[in-house]
Amino acid sequence: MKARFAITALVALLIFCAGYAALFIAPDEATMHAIQRIFYFHVASWNAMFCAFFVAFYASVAYLVTGKRKWDALGVSGVEVGVICCTIGLITGPLWARPVWGIWWTWDAKLTSTFILWLLFIAYLLLRGLVEDPEKKASLSAVFAIFASLDIPLVYLANRLWRTQHPQPVIAGGEGSGLDPTMSKVLLLCLFAVLCVMILVLVDRYRLELLRNEAAELRYEIESRGLDVSNGQETPALQKGAQ
Amino acid sequence: MTTAKAAAIILAKELRLEFRTRELLTATVIFALVVVVLFSFAFDPTAAESRRYGPGLLWIAFLFAGSLMLNPSFAREHNNETLDALRMAPISGFAILLGKILANFIFMSLAELVLVPVFAVLYNLSLTGIVSRLILVLVLGTLGLTVTGTVFSAISAHARMRELLLPLLLLPLLTPLLIAAVESTTSLFAEQPALDRTWLAFLAGFDIVFLTASWLLCDHLLEE
Repeated sequence: MKARFAITALVALLIFCAGYAALFIAPDEATMHAIQRIFYFHVASWNAMFCAFFVAFYASVAYLVTGKRKWDALGVSGVEVGVICCTIGLITGPLWARPVWGIWWTWDAKLTSTFILWLLFIAYLLLRGLVEDPEKKASLSAVFAIFASLDIPLVYLANRLWRTQHPQPVIAGGEGSGLDPTMSKVLLLCLFAVLCVMILVLVDRYRLELLRNEAAELRYEIESRGLDVSNGQETPALQKGAQ
Repeated sequence: MTTAKAAAIILAKELRLEFRTRELLTATVIFALVVVVLFSFAFDPTAAESRRYGPGLLWIAFLFAGSLMLNPSFAREHNNETLDALRMAPISGFAILLGKILANFIFMSLAELVLVPVFAVLYNLSLTGIVSRLILVLVLGTLGLTVTGTVFSAISAHARMRELLLPLLLLPLLTPLLIAAVESTTSLFAEQPALDRTWLAFLAGFDIVFLTASWLLCDHLLEE
């Protein structure tokens, strides 16, 4: 309990430092000035997203191989956190693009592939919501996650082959190429900080899922045995079994 | 019994079932036609524009029609609880899946056989000299559509709102296939028809990847 609080406090401090660094310590970019600072969190959330989806892929394979529910819990946590990071990236991107490129969106390879990725994993979450039986939910969503993960390189490759025929907007400033040393230090800090936040949220979501599973199992146990666990306040469901 | 023989028997069953009523086939063809007609309102199909947008519209019509057609594949089994009986037979899970994939491929191909000439007539596109190459592109594209569609039909058969869920799962996944198929078809309908090797290789690669994935994961798909 204390360890968790300490870690959460540490990560909170880290993200504050990263935010401060991105806003005040990083030098002002030559052409884009202030708006360029969003890049530190934009790139960081993509990095976190890829890590989260990788965890989800690994967990899906592990679930199908071992059949242990904890892997399913890890899978759904990975996908949920990944979708959030993806959403952050898809929002910060246009916020940056509007002042810099003059347009909110463009259908170039990277953006299109990422949008498809977002749609695929939202479909995963929808699938989970629509299947009721827990074991079927786990195995079907694991299968879908594997298919989606296999599709991602294909989506990126197809979009790359296709969109390179069209002119690309000029991406000014640092996209990792020739960054000023202070900028690259701030970027590394932000990458690490956002990754830590992602891992923290993922672990908490994983714990939550495990607890939910346990609670559901206990509830089922109570109902199937028809136990009387009321303490004077009878709930209709329990009354049924307690005959 | 070998997988091939078992798949052939399942295929025969599916074909027999469908050709009794032919309702799925007719509905698929009519729906694709409706999509094609609706698109004609979205842009003015002059010769130049037909050549530019035509292939894209054709493949979108196939994808939409396919998403609707592939649903009953496993939904019927689920509703009538016959999947258990199939699983109890001494055949591999992949044989069941393969039989259904081949059946859906045949149905989709029959629908395309009707739709492509109609489309060529409605949009004034010439099919002379490119028929065999077009068939190759259609076969590879349809194979990718039916492999993934049948797998996702098996997945969504267990879910609520499966008519909506299947397109939702399938269409984002098929975007690379759509791009590759459209590009291949466009290069065939161009002034100088040519077979685009890169995109064909991509289509073949897509089919192989997802067929292999289906083979590896088939047992988890068919659990009841």
